[in-house]
Amino acid sequence: MLFEEIAKAVCAKVLCVEEKVSTLDITKAYASDLMSDVLAFCAPGGLLITGLTNIQIVRTAQMLDIPGVLFVRGKAPQEETINLAREAGIPMLQSKYTMFEACGILYSMGLIPSTSDAER
Amino acid sequence: MAEAIYIEHSVVADDYLAAGAASNNIKETLKMLGITSSICRRAAIITYEAEMNLVIHGGGGKITANISEGSVEIKTIDHGPGIPDVELAIKEGYTTAGDRAREMGFGAGMGLPNIKRNADEFVIESEVGKGTTLRTVIRF
Repeated sequence: MLFEEIAKAVCAKVLCVEEKVSTLDITKAYASDLMSDVLAFCAPGGLLITGLTNIQIVRTAQMLDIPGVLFVRGKAPQEETINLAREAGIPMLQSKYTMFEACGILYSMGLIPSTSDAER
Repeated sequence: MAEAIYIEHSVVADDYLAAGAASNNIKETLKMLGITSSICRRAAIITYEAEMNLVIHGGGGKITANISEGSVEIKTIDHGPGIPDVELAIKEGYTTAGDRAREMGFGAGMGLPNIKRNADEFVIESEVGKGTTLRTVIRF
């Protein structure tokens, strides 16, 4: 699913790296507010869905080769978070939906869990 | 790779804005050297969790990476409060982290288990009042 289709599905605003949204193809996702959980269980290449908005979200995405981030619950990231995401070329979305709603919508549209072997 | 490459970064206590920059630098160097992405990711998880430990618990410190033919050794050294019970600290879910770390999405007692899971060698030595050293190796 293209990143722009994800944005449309969860009524999200594109916060940065707009140039990638029409070409970035996402097939899986991982949702968590705990970055250590993401580091332990998230496979590379999936969308990160989170309600945390600090700069460490982008660092975590960099470490795990996560190509895009969706912020839920209408949370607006801090300026330094957006700046680092821009620098790293990681597009970010902001949606008013709760994590449960966003996950439900994207799961029903075909995104699959982005989990590493450690969890299974 | 003819000669080993050595990288060293200082990490500042409680600096959550800069935290992760050293790890990203090490990961980018590994990528530049053509090391496979799965190894880069394992090294990134180790360095990042270890760097966060320096920021959260260690009172700052030093993180080093020694990249040679067939392996990368990642070490952290701090002169912080030390860990009274290392066995307990390695257990998943055990944590002494404060609210600030939790707000950032850390401090859930996953750091050391995550590091151990991704390392082929894992040695941690700590003395209360003196500090902690962590040594990990990934072979490839």
